[in-house]
Amino acid sequence: MKNDLAFKRRLRIRQLQGSSFKVLFLSASLIGIFALAILLVDVLKDGIGWLDWQFITSYPSRKPQEAGILSALFGTLWVMVLTALFSFPVGVGAAIYLEEYAPDNRLRRFIQTNINNLAGVPSIVYGLLGLTLFVQALAMGRSVLAGALTLTLMSLPVIIIAAQEAIRSVPEAHRFGAHALGASRWQVVRHIVLPSALPGVLTGTILAMSRAIGEAAPMIAISALVYLTFIPISPLDRFTVLPIQIFNWVSRPQEEFWHLAAAGIIVLLIVLLSMNAVAILLRNRYQKRTEE
Amino acid sequence: MSNVAALEAKNLELWYGNFQALRGISMVIPRNQITSIIGPSGCGKSSLLRCFNRMNDLIMGSKVKGEVLFDGRNIYATGIDPTEIRYRIGMVFQKPNPFPKSIFDNAAFGPRVNGIRGNIEEIVEHALRRAALWDEVKDRLRRGAMELSGGQQQRLCIARALALEPEVILMDEPCSALDPVATIKIEDLMKSLAEDYTIVIVTHNMQQAARVSDMAAFFMMDTDRAGILVEYGTTTEIFTNPKDKRTEDYITGRFG
Repeated sequence: MKNDLAFKRRLRIRQLQGSSFKVLFLSASLIGIFALAILLVDVLKDGIGWLDWQFITSYPSRKPQEAGILSALFGTLWVMVLTALFSFPVGVGAAIYLEEYAPDNRLRRFIQTNINNLAGVPSIVYGLLGLTLFVQALAMGRSVLAGALTLTLMSLPVIIIAAQEAIRSVPEAHRFGAHALGASRWQVVRHIVLPSALPGVLTGTILAMSRAIGEAAPMIAISALVYLTFIPISPLDRFTVLPIQIFNWVSRPQEEFWHLAAAGIIVLLIVLLSMNAVAILLRNRYQKRTEE
Repeated sequence: MSNVAALEAKNLELWYGNFQALRGISMVIPRNQITSIIGPSGCGKSSLLRCFNRMNDLIMGSKVKGEVLFDGRNIYATGIDPTEIRYRIGMVFQKPNPFPKSIFDNAAFGPRVNGIRGNIEEIVEHALRRAALWDEVKDRLRRGAMELSGGQQQRLCIARALALEPEVILMDEPCSALDPVATIKIEDLMKSLAEDYTIVIVTHNMQQAARVSDMAAFFMMDTDRAGILVEYGTTTEIFTNPKDKRTEDYITGRFG
């Protein structure tokens, strides 16, 4: 055996290096979770006492004890469902076109560049766009529909890009295999590409939706309403959403309203998490199905 | 040989962008025989194979000149849908590429997308039997195709092609990703399939070409020119009495 002292000393240093970087990276990954935990504890402490059936089933009120979140909750649900209905098919359709049909020419690159840029546009800009386009020009008024379409425009780039990634990750060999069996381009997309890409597409959609329903800025531009004492029953009704309601309560001077805001945040988080849970369930189901 | 032509290339040329991959190829692929295409990497073997079922159409920037006659018709004539060509000419790829679906759904894919009426289960069973895979998978048809071994996956891909009862089966180095035992199985399978089908196989493996094929075509590239058909004849001729010095050098291993 070689008795190499320099090597052994060096090895010791290398081992130390290895373990210290491990600790460093571990703490890096814990920062996010830690911050989230603090936030959750803080919000729960402030809001859980105010979160009861009365809070869920009441309209906003000047008196904190009587105030509730009913109209905002329903507004959020409305906007969320409509946004998903609009943005999922359009987003996936655009991604399919760009990945499976579009020839690699200047037009395709132009569209692609624009989509990438749109993904980075601040949400308030979308709010103003929605205000000009849907509320005013298309005369939809400050309606659920105008709000959902605005959030659709905002979510589309994210959904398209995520769906493109998912579609691109389907092995070319599978497409060729299907073409070689006489499948048409649409059949290849329908039976080979989409089933494999769906889990990834759904993940992207969940992320985009989650971001959309938490947005206050564009919704304030569209809705501009806080005291709404009815539940929207048609897409053309006026509406408010949870982030607006929370924002309003936070900006009140009275401390009771801050508790209401915390309770509102808990409701928003519950809506978000249950939406994610549904999407994850869907995704796992499809993943299993394609692996079978 | 007095065989009828299954496929005939007439002065076939292929470009990928500015790169010419095939030059003036004319050859007749006889029916119910195994024709092997041999030659060094990059000489245009696979490109030629993909011309026979218009798979090159899927490669951006590819352009074909000349004709490929199939059933007396030029498959590159206007008005011919490549889907129909691929429905009648099957293909097996270098790497086994079963779909991430069940074994059954893989074998049933061709008949389903082409709207074939009839008992799909019978078609699938027949194709799997023909591909010598039935006994190994009959109890787990609903299980994922990805669970199969590489050799089984490749036989599934052959079964998938057979389910459409094609007239010609193109095989692009079908054994290059397989171990020797799986390779022998596929070779035996090819020989039995040649009774009913025309098979064109691209291979790197000289012994394989000598073992399985009736006809052999030797392709080569010069320093700056790819896709030249050097010599084409019966496998016996090519391997025992090549007319061209380059063929002789290649098959005796003196090449490159």
